[in-house]
Amino acid sequence: MIDVALEPVQPHFARLVVAEGRLPRWAPALTAVVSLAAAGLAGLGLGWSPVAVVAGAAALHAVGVPAWSAVVENGRAAVDRLATSLVWVALAVALVPLVSLIRQVVVLGAHQIDGEFLTWSMRNVVGSGGGIYHAVVGTVLITLATTAISVPVGLLAAIYLVEYGGGSRTASTLRFMVDVMTGIPSIVAGLFAYAVFALLLGPGIHLGIGGSVALSLLMVPIVVRSAEEMLRLVPVELREASYALGVPKWRTVVRVVLPAARAGILTGVTLAIARVVGETAPLLIIAGATDSVNTNLFGGQMESLPVFIYYSYTQPGLHPQYAQGHAWGAALVLIAIVVLLNLAARTLGRLLALRVNRRR
Amino acid sequence: MSTDVWAGTARRRLADHAFAGTTRSAGLVILLALVGVVVFLTGEGLPALTAGAVDLRGHGNLVAYLWPLLFGTVLAAALAMLIAAPLSIGVALATSHFAPRPVGRAIGYAVDLLAAIPSVVYGLWGIGVLGPWLVPIYQWLGEHLSWLPFFSGPVSATGRTILTAAVVLAIMVLPIVTAIAREIFTQTPTLQEEAALALGATRWEMVRLAVLPYARAGLVSAVMLGLGRALGETMAVAMVLSATGVVTLDLTSSTNPSTIAANIALNFPESSGLAVNALIASGLVLFALTLAVNVAARAVVASRARSLGR
Repeated sequence: MIDVALEPVQPHFARLVVAEGRLPRWAPALTAVVSLAAAGLAGLGLGWSPVAVVAGAAALHAVGVPAWSAVVENGRAAVDRLATSLVWVALAVALVPLVSLIRQVVVLGAHQIDGEFLTWSMRNVVGSGGGIYHAVVGTVLITLATTAISVPVGLLAAIYLVEYGGGSRTASTLRFMVDVMTGIPSIVAGLFAYAVFALLLGPGIHLGIGGSVALSLLMVPIVVRSAEEMLRLVPVELREASYALGVPKWRTVVRVVLPAARAGILTGVTLAIARVVGETAPLLIIAGATDSVNTNLFGGQMESLPVFIYYSYTQPGLHPQYAQGHAWGAALVLIAIVVLLNLAARTLGRLLALRVNRRR
Repeated sequence: MSTDVWAGTARRRLADHAFAGTTRSAGLVILLALVGVVVFLTGEGLPALTAGAVDLRGHGNLVAYLWPLLFGTVLAAALAMLIAAPLSIGVALATSHFAPRPVGRAIGYAVDLLAAIPSVVYGLWGIGVLGPWLVPIYQWLGEHLSWLPFFSGPVSATGRTILTAAVVLAIMVLPIVTAIAREIFTQTPTLQEEAALALGATRWEMVRLAVLPYARAGLVSAVMLGLGRALGETMAVAMVLSATGVVTLDLTSSTNPSTIAANIALNFPESSGLAVNALIASGLVLFALTLAVNVAARAVVASRARSLGR
């Protein structure tokens, strides 16, 4: 009885399913292999570079899968496959520079780095030899001074925004200004520092601390934004519990809220340091350049790694092969510093967060 | 007993006031710094109005000096955004809606790394790798499309053209735009996405119907923030671009317009007197330009937030 009742329905249903054909799961992979082979053959014949072969293969693949889909599936599915291909092509195109850049820096920079490169300055060095010690010292000092200026100002401003400012006019103005500050071009920050110090100490001034002032202008907004976000994540109940115990507001902020947000704030500060440590333009203008070690932030020109890279490459002097080699070696060191700071930020945040959780 | 309590309260009040005052003054320091940027740049820039041809690299007055630089700045940044905007949206979609989650996270790290690389290293790479890569493409464009004003040639032999600079800028702003776009894409209401899929939409149709309309205002502001960054980027352009300061739409020749930021970086160390004031005046113009772009980007976000009632 039941079988008979269902019978007329089944063929109709089956026809619909057959009409909606699907490409097998391995179809994109197969097309990729075929496109790569075709582009490789064409490349061998026409003498293309490897980049051109890969680009040709990507184009073939981006066209091939939708075309196949249009035949087997339907128009809408083909458009979907085309969009998917384009999204992945965009990703591949975006990653090519990253891979190429890192490869280039490692290939040209790695063999530069040895004991002498890291512990010598360029004082009185002509031709081969010498190192980046003076630039590393400058970068470390300027960055430390920048952090010493930016973290207190940025953190206190963030506390004001979260704990005291509320919706007041000052707070919303400040929030807007911090937003605007994140967009200040770094070279403008350098000009500002120069204008200030030139007014105080006369034109043509070069000071390490000036570089710190310029970099602070770039670092403060990053610190404020990340610290504000982290302070907001601290539950209101924690503050209320503290108030209920009779703890005054300022002690609540210092002893309860800040420790609770510590992991996030430290992560944000480390990322902010990583962001400014590679800045070149402001230091070029106000910190200057020198071949000697200068440990005085308040006197004389001070070399830094980015400025060293810039001048070694663009003004290599009498022996360009050595100076430009130095530039690549210094670039590798700078990238390593930035990457290490980024990794440190992540692990620091995770470790501190773990410890806070365990204590609870 | 009771006097003790009151004394304690007064001391507490004092400490509280002192702390609140300290935090507020930190905020005021930031406001003052921003005002200071405007005041000091204006103060040091104004004398340039009287500068003559000697200090303005052969231009008669400040406007004639600034105009080609402004043109080059806007041209390079606009080209960069033409390249970066579609790429960033593609990468953001790949991480938010197309890739499996672990792959998406790995891509996120890679994009973060792209953002972490210092601009001076991008400059090295632009001269050493990207320029030579692009030379054959420029030659092809010069041979086949020279009737377009953009490729009228003669083609640069080193590849250090404004188009190469724009490509480097595009790579540098890509992580910024991608990060914001990914953030917005992942905020799309899941119910709307699932509704589209339940109605039989393919994944791309779901993106087009649910994700992109929701994200439109955010994408506009993300692109404008990227534009602000591209306008002010200095070192990569200063190193890659072989600038001669002309005003031309030709993108692949060896004579290129310079940008404000690159011009400052290249000439500041060797300048003195009114030439420095002229450079500071150009920096003020750059500051005003990026400020306008950034404020406009925030305004787009704000109006969108208001229309959503948030």
